[in-house]
Amino acid sequence: MHSTSKLYKKSKFRLSEMIIEWTIRLTASFSVIVIFLIFIFIFRESGGLIFGTAKELKPKKSTSEKTTDKPEEKVKPEIYNPETGEIAKVKENKKQDISKSSESKSESIWKNIFSDTWQPVGKKPKYGIQPLLIGTFKVTLVSLLFATPLSILAAIYCAFFAKAWIRDIIKPTVEVLAGFPSVVLGFFCLVTVVQGVYNTTQFLQPLCTHIADFISWVIPFSNEWIHSVLTISDFHYSSVVGGIGLGLAVIPIIFTISEDALSSVPKSYREASLALGATESETAFKVMLPAALPGVVAAVLLGIGRAFGETMIALMATGNAALFSWNIFHPVRTLAATIGSETGEVQWGSLHYNILFFLGILLFLVSFIINALTELFVKRYLSKKFQGA
Amino acid sequence: MKRRFILFFTISLFISGSAFENKVLTLKGSDTMVILVQKWTEVYPDKSVQFQVTGGGSGTGIASLINGTTDICSSSRPMKSAEASQMKQKYGKPPIEIRVARDGLSVYVHKSNMIKALTIKQLGDIFTGKIKNWKEVGGPNHKIILYSRENNSGTYEFFKEHVLMNKDFDPSAQHMPGTSAVVGAIAMDEWGIGYGGAAYTKGVNEVKVSLQKDSIAYLPTEENILNGKYPISRFLYFYLRERPMNEIKQFIDWVISNEGQKVVLDVGYFPTKKL
Repeated sequence: MHSTSKLYKKSKFRLSEMIIEWTIRLTASFSVIVIFLIFIFIFRESGGLIFGTAKELKPKKSTSEKTTDKPEEKVKPEIYNPETGEIAKVKENKKQDISKSSESKSESIWKNIFSDTWQPVGKKPKYGIQPLLIGTFKVTLVSLLFATPLSILAAIYCAFFAKAWIRDIIKPTVEVLAGFPSVVLGFFCLVTVVQGVYNTTQFLQPLCTHIADFISWVIPFSNEWIHSVLTISDFHYSSVVGGIGLGLAVIPIIFTISEDALSSVPKSYREASLALGATESETAFKVMLPAALPGVVAAVLLGIGRAFGETMIALMATGNAALFSWNIFHPVRTLAATIGSETGEVQWGSLHYNILFFLGILLFLVSFIINALTELFVKRYLSKKFQGA
Repeated sequence: MKRRFILFFTISLFISGSAFENKVLTLKGSDTMVILVQKWTEVYPDKSVQFQVTGGGSGTGIASLINGTTDICSSSRPMKSAEASQMKQKYGKPPIEIRVARDGLSVYVHKSNMIKALTIKQLGDIFTGKIKNWKEVGGPNHKIILYSRENNSGTYEFFKEHVLMNKDFDPSAQHMPGTSAVVGAIAMDEWGIGYGGAAYTKGVNEVKVSLQKDSIAYLPTEENILNGKYPISRFLYFYLRERPMNEIKQFIDWVISNEGQKVVLDVGYFPTKKL
């Protein structure tokens, strides 16, 4: 290292070289800087909540509150009559004098946030994020259950069993699926998938009830809970529909990366396994797949990260009901869809606004943790285990 | 090389110059009103004015008006005093409100649903979750499935204030991204009930609404809304930053005129006065 730096210093100083080097350095670090800035921005915008500086959170002194309210005028828009071009005097509507701020927020805001009802618009706003977290989790789970087997099996097929010309057709086609705008997928789910899922679930409803009865007979005291979780309800929009839509969005990601990982396993593994007498499928599942496991797990984790943050599909296909329920056939409301649909209306700088950015922080943290997991767990542990230290 | 450069430069000057001739008016806001505003801008006789129409919800429109990213904001709910004070702080004067149409909030049910009329109290109880089964209002024995609008919608706020009397919606109420999505969902769901603007009734039935148990139930028709008999009716508004001038004034004068109000009827809403 030292000898190369000495070599650097020996070379002649050229201004153009230095400019080019700095330009490349800046553009390369641009993305890192932007990530930091976004992080700082989100933290700042939710500062009202985290640092307790939001207007609604300031402690109220009851007597002085009344006296300061009176001189503050309630501004109302002026009604313009286009025919005459004059401004009408607005009558004070006595009913609206019952303002929201007169209700004291004696309970802590954090208790409100960790409660189980999300109704942020109303006289007494409730910001419980539990139903949102459960909804996001359910939808991600369903999408992974749907997408992972499909894409990994497709990747194995493409890498080992497909003829070259079939592979040349399948790979680009799945990448076209990656290019679908998520709005189109969401719309497709809204119109088509909903009907299909509904008909199937209505058909399977008696079967599910029997399974729930059996399980609750086997496990004592769980009758009500098992029935609430396993029975198929009559909702058209549910986390199953949203999960299928998300799964469609996630399949190309998992497929492409696993397929690359599987193809890059040295051919000698395969030839050795076949030479020792294993069949093609035994080779694929017991030799090649474990060898490519770091790449496959990284692909699945990336898929999870994508499914967590997907907004449009969740907004259109899940029914957006903030229900606290573990049943996957109930409608859900995901974090991303909440941010997407409520940010348009919210008053800038209000507590609701800060809480929406707090939800953004949660999403950010989750993808951060998943990426960190990918780096640490996959690269170190799995590589060592399956590819030798 | 130099000649080509001069030619390119002059052509680009011409193109950019012609862009300045037409005034572009932006209208943002209510999803309930977006088809109405689009129709108005299509039919408007002065073709030298270009329009940019977007939805996003009444709240989004008002936020754009405060930020200055739109000329006119369409809203299906009146502006809140907090928003009006923000405008006064930013621009020094309160916003201007213009009533451009009337709307009745229809309550939709599936075409096979036998329920013909409901009272405001029954509707409130259904949507807050007190009444959970159709048999409690005279229908078959099945759970009621609720469809609502998102909470950034003026329709949502109006319904919550005037029908639910400011109580919370039942948590199982599914929030759809727009009245047409509500109607589409109910057209598929025979146990569903939902609400939305009166212009979107393709494929579903409307329920007559009565004020109290013994009063007459009315459908949201033009007559019932204009004479105030239909209980859930509201104005649709345009909000501006200042008094309308020039192109905006001409547009608004045309919108309020008989021609503009005829377009309101065509789209399915109701005019502000009898035509």
